[in-house]
Amino acid sequence: MVDFAGWEMPVQYAGVIDEHRAVRSAAGLFDVSHMGQIRVAGAGAQDFVQRLTPNDVAKLAPGRIHLSAFLTPEGTYIDDLLVCKTSPEELLLVVNASNAANDFAWAAAQPHPGLAVEDVSERWALIAIQGPKAAAIVAKLTATDLGTIRNYGFATGQVAGKPAILSRTGYTGEDGFELFVEPADAGAVWDALLDAGAPMGLVPAGLGARDTLRLEAAMPLYGQEIDRETTPWEAGLDWVIKLDKGDFIGRDALVASRARPLTRKLIGYEVVGRGIARHGHKFVSGGREVGVVTSGTFSPTFEKALGMGYVETALAVPGTALEIDVRGRAIPARVVPLPFYKRPR
Amino acid sequence: MYPTDCRYTREHEWVRIEDDTCVLGITDFAQNQLGEVVFVETPEVGHVFDAGDEIGTIESVKAVAEVYTPVAGEIVEVNENLKDDPQSVNEDPHGDGWLVKIKYSSSSAFAELMDAAAYEEYTKEGK
Repeated sequence: MVDFAGWEMPVQYAGVIDEHRAVRSAAGLFDVSHMGQIRVAGAGAQDFVQRLTPNDVAKLAPGRIHLSAFLTPEGTYIDDLLVCKTSPEELLLVVNASNAANDFAWAAAQPHPGLAVEDVSERWALIAIQGPKAAAIVAKLTATDLGTIRNYGFATGQVAGKPAILSRTGYTGEDGFELFVEPADAGAVWDALLDAGAPMGLVPAGLGARDTLRLEAAMPLYGQEIDRETTPWEAGLDWVIKLDKGDFIGRDALVASRARPLTRKLIGYEVVGRGIARHGHKFVSGGREVGVVTSGTFSPTFEKALGMGYVETALAVPGTALEIDVRGRAIPARVVPLPFYKRPR
Repeated sequence: MYPTDCRYTREHEWVRIEDDTCVLGITDFAQNQLGEVVFVETPEVGHVFDAGDEIGTIESVKAVAEVYTPVAGEIVEVNENLKDDPQSVNEDPHGDGWLVKIKYSSSSAFAELMDAAAYEEYTKEGK
């Protein structure tokens, strides 16, 4: 077990590679209770979230979820997050564990007259079941018609006889659900899912596989691809930013930075030679440092070393040859399109 | 539990003396801590190292570990099988998963290393 933002988390159960492959071919079960939740409720809740986040909450239908962010006034990332909209008066923001306290303080510090802005992280345990068999496994344990919950949708119901929010989201690039359950029920729901899913190949999976899966799917991780130094433009997250929706925190800075050419961009790379680049290793071109690896690993799906990182814009073109300084050794790498992995539909 | 014909370092390498060369690998404890090994970087044959030098690295999915030699000498053989089968470090760390053979220039360093019983004690201290 390792310490992760104060939570004791398993890095692996049986092994990162086997867990990773189980999620790609069948299903994996993750305890992601460390994720934080902020509830915003009351008349005007939507307007509050609209000002707090850059995606367009007004266009989000009730029962739907979108990726968004908390941005600094400079237009850089405080955190990325999911907005779950029950109604214009009731929204739930799902944030990263490592930022949960900061995020809540940030949200609560914005004026919110007559609104409840609550840290409800302790109220929910979160179990993710991910993989091509995930829906079939959940279906064995719920009366909710899962066909009515589209990707990035959610519904309230029961799983294994316990009250749950069933959210068709995840962090692996696969179909699947994130199940919000009461902490007292989490053990029973976990066990019921494992029992129901084991014959279909479901295995428990840890933080190690979660990281390799999200990296293959090119999903950003706070502290690596995005942080208080990075803008959505550099990170390729333009689609999250709705400059036309009205004012929001960070908008002015983003309008200004949009007008300037980017100095660097997030790219995918794969190692061409032998070796594995990791977070913090430098990209080199023509003997000059031209960027930095933000996430690097061995990919269990593609059986090669790959990752993401920032490079100077002129080099951020698929096919570009680079080198990566891996502990003093220059290993050849190549810029490739993102994502590495896209699930078959 | 650990082979008694080997000596052990505090950095979790083992060495086994075979006449004027010694075989070097990482211990079962080390491979277990690392998890699934996916890449092993070994030095070139002919390279000469001092005692305490880093001679290579072992990478798992989640971490990288440096490998040090406790003895000075010349690399006379590397385990080429690890290129295609790095997981043999996990499966048989004290056997097929050996890393290099070193022609050592002095045997005095061996006396400072732990024997199997002392190493087992050492790992139980949570190092």
